[in-house]
Amino acid sequence: MKDGQILSIGPGDLVPNALQIKHDGYRLVQICATRTKTGYDLIYSFAKEYTLVHFRLDIPENMEIMSISNIFEPAFLYENEIVDLFGVKINLISIDYKGQLYRIQKKTPFK
Amino acid sequence: MSTRSIVPFGPQHPVLPEPIHLDLVLEDEKVVEAVPSIGFVHRGLEKLVEKRDFNDYVYIAERICGICSFMHGMGYCEAAEHIMNVEVPERAKYLRTIWCEMSRIHSHLLWLGLLADAFGFESLFMQSWRLREKILDMFEYSTGGRVIFSVNKIGGQRRDMPDDMIRDFLSIFDGMEQELKTMAATFLEDYAVNTRLRGVGFLTEQQAHDLGAVGPFMRASGIALDTRKKGYAAYPNIEFEPITSTVGDCYARTDVRIHEIFQSIDIIRQAAAKIPQGEVAVPVKGFPNGEYMMRVEQPRGEAVYYLKANGTRFLDRVRVRTPTFANLPGMLETLKGCQLADVPILILTIDPCISCTER
Repeated sequence: MKDGQILSIGPGDLVPNALQIKHDGYRLVQICATRTKTGYDLIYSFAKEYTLVHFRLDIPENMEIMSISNIFEPAFLYENEIVDLFGVKINLISIDYKGQLYRIQKKTPFK
Repeated sequence: MSTRSIVPFGPQHPVLPEPIHLDLVLEDEKVVEAVPSIGFVHRGLEKLVEKRDFNDYVYIAERICGICSFMHGMGYCEAAEHIMNVEVPERAKYLRTIWCEMSRIHSHLLWLGLLADAFGFESLFMQSWRLREKILDMFEYSTGGRVIFSVNKIGGQRRDMPDDMIRDFLSIFDGMEQELKTMAATFLEDYAVNTRLRGVGFLTEQQAHDLGAVGPFMRASGIALDTRKKGYAAYPNIEFEPITSTVGDCYARTDVRIHEIFQSIDIIRQAAAKIPQGEVAVPVKGFPNGEYMMRVEQPRGEAVYYLKANGTRFLDRVRVRTPTFANLPGMLETLKGCQLADVPILILTIDPCISCTER
């Protein structure tokens, strides 16, 4: 993949693609969620030296997706953040705070 | 047989000016696991972008953090400029570089003071902050502010720095450099300081890579990456190489930051020698439409700004991945196996900024 490239993938492709990019020597940079009219737009960013590439995942509101925290360890923080702020359903997060990472009065304020 | 217990650390602790909580699982006095809790002061600044004009949001971006406020504002502006295809004047790029490096010096000196304070070396703490005060004075002289500068805008800078002011700053840096060398010698050679920092909190190169560490925390483990080399502001015209160490302990992180201060002074000198005359901003018309991910090397490491715009004056999304957030998994790894007494020093050596994390 080229620097800055965004590859759109389906929910079922997330884990295989994450495994492949880990095998290629990339590391996780960030996971970003954006609210859309029908659900969520998730961008997973990975870097190898100065090259930054992204996977884009468009999911409907109530879809459950798999965690990549067992492939990329730091992902647990980003995924817990997305669960807390957006209410995205993510399964099998390695350290799952169950919606308690952020101590905020309003549940899922970015939803 | 060792006794296992859980000790709560924070959210209020003498070495932590901002709230973060760790549950430390101990076997006798040795840490075997640490579970972090953040979010005590989460502000939801990213959400505000949906209700503020994209030009006005610069002021909010600057308020993400009081230490790297300039770089937060600049990172947001550069991302918006990429989306809008705005070419910033060359002089503005150099001004951004100079203010960025002054911010780095100020941040590293602040951190050195906090580190000295954490291990009880109060005179060293005061010397660090005395030097930092000179940078704050220069900020006030050049921008009118000591913490929040409000000199960034989409399309360039709100203020110029006259050439005689730049010359004055260079002479101040000449004097500061000698004082910094004296102070650096104490940090790097003093027996008591070495005893507290050497051989504590190792992070290997592989761990730094796998755990997504950034900035001096990563470079002290031997990874020579610095986002400034990607080329933003005037950095493509500046000669420098990332400062690294291969040791990966608390001493290495201190060593890297101290040498980065001298490097920043050198970068300012290069920028001052090359800064061209001309305008410092261009007019920007219309509204942004598209998305961009901007990477900026802040004092604590790489920050990532994601902007998604829809062609109106309100953006769909601003997301800031701050360096402290990225460094938390690495910090947890370094805590494993350390003594309880070393925990405050270890936490400090990632230079945590909870204000950024709780954006």
